[in-house]
Amino acid sequence: MRMSPIIWMSTIAIISGCTGNQSAINPKGAPAIHIAHLMSGIVAVCTLVWLLVMVMLVWALLRKRSDAGEQARERGLTTTVSAAVGATAVIIAGMTIASFYTTRDIGIPGEAALTITVRGQQWWWQVIYADPDPALTFQTANEIHIPVGRDVHVQLESTDVVHSFWVPSLAGKQDLVPGRTNSLLLRAERPGIYRGQCAEFCGLQHTHMAMMVIAEDPESFERWAVAQRGNSVNPGKPDAVAGQVAFIAKPCAACHTVRGTPAMGTTGPDLTHVGSRKTIAAGLLETTRGSLAAWIADPQTLKPGNNMPMVPLTSVELKNISAYMESLK
Amino acid sequence: MVRGRTLANRLLLTSALLALTVGCGFLGWMRQPRELRTNPPVLADLSRFRLMSNGIGGAPPESYFAEAEPYENDAYNLSQGKRLYTWFGCAACHGDGRGAAGPSFLDGWWLYGPEMVSIVASIRDGRPHGMPAFRDRMTIEQIWQLAGYVQTIGAYSAKVAATGRNDGPQTRPSENRAPAVMLFEEGPVGVNPDQGPSP
Ligand code: HEC
Ligand code: HEC
Ligand SMILES: [Cu+2]
Repeated sequence: MRMSPIIWMSTIAIISGCTGNQSAINPKGAPAIHIAHLMSGIVAVCTLVWLLVMVMLVWALLRKRSDAGEQARERGLTTTVSAAVGATAVIIAGMTIASFYTTRDIGIPGEAALTITVRGQQWWWQVIYADPDPALTFQTANEIHIPVGRDVHVQLESTDVVHSFWVPSLAGKQDLVPGRTNSLLLRAERPGIYRGQCAEFCGLQHTHMAMMVIAEDPESFERWAVAQRGNSVNPGKPDAVAGQVAFIAKPCAACHTVRGTPAMGTTGPDLTHVGSRKTIAAGLLETTRGSLAAWIADPQTLKPGNNMPMVPLTSVELKNISAYMESLK
Repeated sequence: MVRGRTLANRLLLTSALLALTVGCGFLGWMRQPRELRTNPPVLADLSRFRLMSNGIGGAPPESYFAEAEPYENDAYNLSQGKRLYTWFGCAACHGDGRGAAGPSFLDGWWLYGPEMVSIVASIRDGRPHGMPAFRDRMTIEQIWQLAGYVQTIGAYSAKVAATGRNDGPQTRPSENRAPAVMLFEEGPVGVNPDQGPSP
């Protein structure tokens, strides 16, 4: 009796982990719903089988030894075992067929409303909204916007090691393998912010390789895309102006692109609209001027081993560059 | 008698296994620690190497030796250097290390000498015959990491520390090979007249 509060608390803690915006059993997208149905179907069947086996076991232990002859007992045994084997075959075949249909349902449809490329890198996600017209192509990092109720075809690539793209509330899990392109269907039925996480161990900072999928109604999505397509805004305040000058003169510009400025590096995330993103460094910190400054001042303490070096800056340069980064809405 | 022998054998076997386990544990413990965040004062010191007036040879800062020459002997730094070689486009002029518009690193000939400081200076400040300066594009630590890697490509002797392997097919002898004498016999490539007589 004294244990019960603890059991209750831990049960609540475990169950609360299943709601929220990163949960396969609280699906909000068609593919995830198909998978959740399959999952609960299989769990139900297996539970039933387990209960049956337990009942049989108890019955076998309790029943009296029958006094039928050796031959009759042998026959009874044959019938029971054949029935069990037959039932197993039927159940497994049923589950195989169910999983076949689920896989078919979560496949890529002929034409998707939107195709985006997600490239995994140690340890962040490069997201490319490609367009036949290169002027309309743009990039974000660690943040994917999609229109609600539309099929989105995600092409998955990797530049270094195997990563895995997993947004449990919206879709299944798919690996990003260097040298090939994998596909995944992403679709959200309801607006919201869904969290995703790399699901294949990929090195030191695997834990800090998260992303946000933001599903919004098609009009908001279009407005967002138009804003992202534009070049970076010119900094207005004097500290941000000075920050831009420092950013371009420092090694920052060799790794990062800020469209509309000479900064055209491609090894780090595109920062053209970094101030508009919810988080920086793959879900590590919320985007605020303070967290930007903390990150730029010492990335190796916040995310040890990540591929952004500590660039020596004076405190004034740091202040200005953070103001500039924050202004890049 | 026989019982005594088997007992002794068992004891021997057990202690051998135990020693093996402890040995493996020790090896794991000895693993090269990774210095992911170099102390800022040590970092600042990296720019303070001394170079001979002709830009060839010189002396690294004292702290470099105090840290046991991390950019030459540390597998993590060498691997980061290998990554930077691709990231900063060295291959555009130096190919996979065999050279193109820029000199080869593989032939064992160094226009400006094989020392770390010479290589660091070549990358940081550039060189007159078409080697751009990377001073504003990389941090000094990255330059040292890259220099350690470049030196490994043309090493005269094999090192204990090695870079990560190539993901693609090998197009040239690997970095951590023992020196291939025949590669060194071809002679220097692309020596300019003002760089003195051919070695
Ligand atoms: C050698 C390349 C390199 C240099 C130089 C560099 N960065 Fe980065 N930067 C990166 C990489 C790689 C990441 C992604 C790190 C991660 O999340 O694992 C990053 C991430 C960032 C982010 C977070 C972006 C996001 O959306 O998550 C900001 C902001 C940033 N860098 C600003 C700067 C500034 C300012 C400088 C100059 C002081 C700079 N960087 C210098 C490579 C670099
Ligand atoms: C635009 C072409 C170009 C690029 C890009 C380039 N180099 Fe060079 N590099 C050269 C040329 C040309 C030389 C010969 C300079 C001379 O003889 O004065 C050279 C010389 C060197 C040397 C001196 C070699 C010796 O024999 O002493 C080193 C070291 C070097 N480069 C490293 C690099 C690294 C590392 C990178 C990438 C960050 C790089 N280079 C990028 C063209 C280039
Ligand atoms: Cu991972």
